[in-house]
Amino acid sequence: MSAVLQSLVNQPYKHGFVTDIESDVAPKGLNEDIIRLISAKKDEPEWLLSFRLKAYRHWLTMTEPQWQNVHYPKIDFQDISYYSAPKPKKKLASMDEVDPELLRTFEKLGVPMHERAALAGVAVDVIFDSVSVTTTYKQKLAEVGIIFCSISEAVHNHPELIQKYLGSVVPVGDNYFAALNSAVFTDGSFCFIPKGVKCPMDLSTYFRINTEGSGQFERTLIIAEEGASVSYLEGCTAPRFDTNQLHAAVVELIALDDADIKYSTVQNWYAGDENGVGGIFNFVTKRGLAKGKNSRISWTQVETGSAITWKYPSCILRGDNSVGEFYSVAVTNNYQQADTGTKMIHLGKNTRSTIVSKGISAGHSNSSYRGLVRIAPTAEGARNYSQCDSMLIGDQCGAHTFPYIQVNNNSATVEHEASTSKIGEDQLFYFAQRGIGSEEAVSMIINGFCKDVFQQLPMEFAVEATKLLSFKLEGSVG
Amino acid sequence: MIVENSKTILSVQGLRASIDGIDILKGIDLTVKSGEIHAIMGLNGSGKSTFAKVLAGHADYAITGGSVQFEGKNLLELPPEERARAGLFLAFQYPIEIPGVANTQFLRLAYNTVQAQRGKEELDPLEFDDFVREKMKLLEMKSDFLDRSVNEGFSGGEKKRNEILQMALLEPKLSILDEMDSGLDIDALRIVANGVNRIANKDNAIILVTHYQRLLDYIVPDYVHVMQAGCIVMTGGKELALELETRGYDWLHENRRSLSGASA
Repeated sequence: MSAVLQSLVNQPYKHGFVTDIESDVAPKGLNEDIIRLISAKKDEPEWLLSFRLKAYRHWLTMTEPQWQNVHYPKIDFQDISYYSAPKPKKKLASMDEVDPELLRTFEKLGVPMHERAALAGVAVDVIFDSVSVTTTYKQKLAEVGIIFCSISEAVHNHPELIQKYLGSVVPVGDNYFAALNSAVFTDGSFCFIPKGVKCPMDLSTYFRINTEGSGQFERTLIIAEEGASVSYLEGCTAPRFDTNQLHAAVVELIALDDADIKYSTVQNWYAGDENGVGGIFNFVTKRGLAKGKNSRISWTQVETGSAITWKYPSCILRGDNSVGEFYSVAVTNNYQQADTGTKMIHLGKNTRSTIVSKGISAGHSNSSYRGLVRIAPTAEGARNYSQCDSMLIGDQCGAHTFPYIQVNNNSATVEHEASTSKIGEDQLFYFAQRGIGSEEAVSMIINGFCKDVFQQLPMEFAVEATKLLSFKLEGSVG
Repeated sequence: MIVENSKTILSVQGLRASIDGIDILKGIDLTVKSGEIHAIMGLNGSGKSTFAKVLAGHADYAITGGSVQFEGKNLLELPPEERARAGLFLAFQYPIEIPGVANTQFLRLAYNTVQAQRGKEELDPLEFDDFVREKMKLLEMKSDFLDRSVNEGFSGGEKKRNEILQMALLEPKLSILDEMDSGLDIDALRIVANGVNRIANKDNAIILVTHYQRLLDYIVPDYVHVMQAGCIVMTGGKELALELETRGYDWLHENRRSLSGASA
């Protein structure tokens, strides 16, 4: 039986291929000149260059965090190329003009773009390496006053919004990787939902790392004004490489009074091979500010990829009665390591937060939940409910939980529940006795385990996530 | 029921099995034909539950000798899921809990897997819902039971009913019911036994593994086998169970030769 469990997890990464598109790559290394080069390449205003330089100078004074429960070789930040853009052959007016090689890449990923966009009614802001290639549905969104474009475009077309909000939730010196991102980010998505507008469709971005050795530093900024609401989907996948790639993204969300932002992620970066060689280092800072009263920020993530995941999508609940949610499934296999969780910072009165975290570890992997619930003295009547469940597959993996709870207001209610379970051989035998093979059994048990989180995902994402999980854990049970 | 010239479903010859190097089954012979109900009785530790698990293919046991033919196939070379798909069903003494997996999903997957194997039509969730509710009436089950996780938080009686419901759904050729009466009060026992009796027909067969005679008042066996120290030591008709009930297993030692095997 153990051999069956073993063989179920070990399937090669199916998105492992390199697309051959001419890239415009900056020389390796990081210094002020490189930052000026990036800024110049992108034709940025002076204030943004100062923002970058300020971040860079701050970064120089910082040290790489050591507290997380992951181990990886030291990153040589001078051995990374900080800018890479596909050379556009001509200006793109429509999807038909997109590089066919690029379109084929999306086909291979199972994301036929026009189909996906048309059938699902999803506007896809495609990020290929660092530059936005095309944005669909933009005009339709523009009719209701929604701005959905790349950060670079927004810098030129809506500088007042960028200047007002960029770095307002994650300051340039917030942490080591956020500072690095602030210095060198090349592109990302910008989304602005004006007052009273309910975004008529889910907004979606497909991220993809392509040029070998180039770091990815996306920057995403989403603002929902008073009474606005939006559901944003982020999906990631990356081709196979043997050299580790650094990914340090920053995502900032701002919800004003009565606004609602739902941010869903399916992360499937290349995780390295079965011996732990290669894979993406994913150091992400995601934070939402529930700034206005009755606002809501909801994070849902399905983390299946990356060699290392370091990620804590957080909510600052500043507005009275604001709500923060974090629903997470983190799957690790082979030699993957994940240290992920959330922070719920309660500042306003009657703020509420919910944390549901499901960790699944297989192979020799390690998965940690790390969460902070802080109730400030001002957060009268605040409530938090946390649930952290771990599931182990096999006996070589680890699951850890690091919950931090700080309560400074005695009218608050904080609940924390945790459990650890194992897929037992008795369970698999029971399934087998009913004619159900071990792969299907594991997939059913895992999907049952993750149900509370999958329910939070938009429909098409939920289907994708379910498949992805079965795929990731194939061969892990025996 | 004993049917003239009926087909042999199961044929066990000289079956030996061990766990962690300890011999548990020491040469079992048993033939089961379609239409028959067999009871295997014996004290705790006599090897009767092991026999049930070995037939189902539990990985903890090593087969050290003998052969098992099931519907003309060499059962011992099939993995457990293929034994199940071929029509061998084990109702567990202690049904396993599977948190997070809805019973209805589990039942439908099991049902469709077996249907696919038999080249029959699979059912979508709505069709299956109608179908399973019909079967649930047989066992007087409440409908909320479908939405609960498989066996999680079920009472002893509910777990056993769930086993028999699966038996009703999967329509196995051979059902092995391991200590079906344990943990059941008299009403639940009556309901479960009723269910089994309605499933039993001339084309299938049942092996009841039980410690007590009580169950056999409700499901009347054609043959009763007594197991001791890994062997079937005596075989008789249903009256043998009553004999055991009044005289106890010790009585066997003196009378092993007085009753001869009828079908073994």
